[in-house]
Amino acid sequence: MAGLSITAAHPDPALLDLPWRLPLEEWPEEILAALPRGISRHVVRFVRLSGRVVAIKEIKDDIARREYELLRNLGRLDLPSVAPYAVISGRETRSGEPLDACLITHHLQFSLPYRALYSQNLRRGTAIRLIDALAVLLVRLHLAGFWWGDVSLSNTLFRRDAGAFSAYLVDAETGELRERLSPGQRDHDLDIARVNIAGELMDLEAGGLLQEDRDPVVVSERILIRYHELWDALTGGELIEEGERWRVDERIRALNELGFDVGELAMSTDIDGTRIHIQPKVVDAGHHSRRLLRLTGLDVRENQARRLLNDLDAYTAAVGRQGDDEELVAHDWLARIYEPVTRRVPKELTQKLEPAEIFHEVLEHRWYLAERARHDIPIFDALEDYLSTVLPSRPDEATVVGVDTTHMPVLAPPSAG
Amino acid sequence: MATVKFDNATRIYPGNDTPSVDALNIDIADGEFLVLVGPSGCGKSTSLRMLAGLEEVNGGKIWIGDRDVTDLSPKDRDVAMVFQNYALYPHMTVADNMGFALKIAGVDKGEIRKRVEEAAKILDLTQYLERKPKALSGGQRQRVAMGRAIVRSPQVFLMDEPLSNLDAKLRVQTRTQIASLQRRLGVTTVYVTHDQVEAMTMGDRIALLKDGILQQCATPREMYDRPNNLFVAGFIGSPAMNLVSVPVTADGVKFGSHQLEIPRSDLAGAGSHVIVGVRPEDVEVTSNADGLALTIDVVEELGADAYVYGTPADPAIQLEGGGDDALAKPFIARVDGRRVPRKGETVHVYPKSAHLHVFNKESGHRIG
Repeated sequence: MAGLSITAAHPDPALLDLPWRLPLEEWPEEILAALPRGISRHVVRFVRLSGRVVAIKEIKDDIARREYELLRNLGRLDLPSVAPYAVISGRETRSGEPLDACLITHHLQFSLPYRALYSQNLRRGTAIRLIDALAVLLVRLHLAGFWWGDVSLSNTLFRRDAGAFSAYLVDAETGELRERLSPGQRDHDLDIARVNIAGELMDLEAGGLLQEDRDPVVVSERILIRYHELWDALTGGELIEEGERWRVDERIRALNELGFDVGELAMSTDIDGTRIHIQPKVVDAGHHSRRLLRLTGLDVRENQARRLLNDLDAYTAAVGRQGDDEELVAHDWLARIYEPVTRRVPKELTQKLEPAEIFHEVLEHRWYLAERARHDIPIFDALEDYLSTVLPSRPDEATVVGVDTTHMPVLAPPSAG
Repeated sequence: MATVKFDNATRIYPGNDTPSVDALNIDIADGEFLVLVGPSGCGKSTSLRMLAGLEEVNGGKIWIGDRDVTDLSPKDRDVAMVFQNYALYPHMTVADNMGFALKIAGVDKGEIRKRVEEAAKILDLTQYLERKPKALSGGQRQRVAMGRAIVRSPQVFLMDEPLSNLDAKLRVQTRTQIASLQRRLGVTTVYVTHDQVEAMTMGDRIALLKDGILQQCATPREMYDRPNNLFVAGFIGSPAMNLVSVPVTADGVKFGSHQLEIPRSDLAGAGSHVIVGVRPEDVEVTSNADGLALTIDVVEELGADAYVYGTPADPAIQLEGGGDDALAKPFIARVDGRRVPRKGETVHVYPKSAHLHVFNKESGHRIG
């Protein structure tokens, strides 16, 4: 393989063992982590590599490199997206025919494509929860100046987040990172999102997979509503009369409640100083998850963190330690509640859900049991019941992969001109 | 359908001193297929996006028909970006794949059906309307994607390098399809590409940009036959035009030993040297010692004719327009396939006088 070139931050020598001289479509089944299905815009395959799963996409060299760089930059900006792993270029068949390059990304553990979610028995309102998660992702990307160009449920992966979902960008092929986005550019992304989501839901409906009877067109409108609500809350300015300065604090709390920290708040007074104009300039997602990380060292998603922090509060009250140092109480909660609960999960069930999500489900389960019994249930009793009656019947979600992008093989990435 | 007008349209990115698009003026006729072409970073995509409402306009105006759309949101412009991110949904019929976006726009069922059927007729998809995309060939699937844009019946279609992702064969096929479809629909279309062959084969007119400035806007034939300046001369045509710096004489210019007659008035103020341009097919190759002496380096046989690539025997003669690697740029001539000079041979060449291009060496502008 004279011309083969690998671009990666930490290349794994096992990469060289993959059959790069074969077109991706012809790779033997035994090395694939899942069988391909659906009509795909590009050929994509999931492969096991040194005990992990990676996604491999065959595309033109320059497009592969561009997407690799973009995904790296999104990672640097701490935006939720799949992590790029390598670009393989200079591929040739045995007879010397050139082959397209391959972009390799890490599989996002415990993530679910939306179609996989719909093949499970779903709670009502799943579409709404997915769209809400996508709205948060889109707002975060736009705040950072990322113009996606191809917003859809298929180009997103979802991870469970305490009953809700968090969304991750999967396909950055059409994306561009800019200083900031104009309203027209943001609108364009939203417009694409709306049409794609409606199409995706109509397709599920046509395939008999959509268990809800709500009109996809109406459901898809939610992306616009949620996006604008969140965008306005995070970026909108407000006027505060003198003597109402507490409202500055209230605004910050409201943003925290939405899961955002305020990195910079611009304040200005009008000429006679009677009114203050405030506007958040820099907001960072992850308010609750950062707080939980600081207190316990646990690195979980935003809603999971919110749930865990609530349980920590309940614990603090139950043991009467409201006056104690927060970090000490958190340490005890971790050692006495969280870790014993999550460690109790038998090894063969650990591929079902992540520990923090299991903890969340145990708390939910305790609530159901208590409601039925009409008295409090100790968490370890709820845990035993959950482990014997609920978790075993759940599907394994650690490495759900699917090639389900149903795009046409015709696509225009934004050009540099 | 509508006309489109860029009226001194200017875009300056924040933090930049020079505009990315500088006072662009183009009038696009109703139903015209205009191609914006140029090298990377020339401003072609930015211009398209200004028209789409995706890029702010810092100066000048943009008109669609008699509406000033400069400050309108993308949605309110009645333009459609074609081929960007079109998905095909496997469980939906071809008809639904084509028409579903209209449902979102609130168009009633009967009207959707009517537009889908019309589009299917144009795209030759009528008999497939009730099938699923899986049953279609690759080319038919592409036409379904085109159908999605057509049923919207916008005033203007916008296309930004729609073929850049395709392999060479599919590219040529799709190129022809788009061009003929556009002609059948008669919808004003603005198309961006970096590929001059694509521009030449598809456009009614071509607008060539460089560094944000329009170099020339004309029909492919005119761009080819009468390039405005050296940049256009070098960009349009493949293989590229030969450009040689030659001395001005009393009656014209001297191309090697060959005298080319050019009216004195045309050359007034041109200085001691001008650039003479000659396309490979307009080169007279002779075995007499008349013209520029050329040593043949490479011969490319094409059957009916051949291209010969040579270096001027006199090292003082420089060929212009070779980009970064000007010295390595060969002089190219197309010759009769039955009278091809051999590699290593020295021949003499000069332009056929009817197809001569002369440019001012300083300004690069066309003379005469």
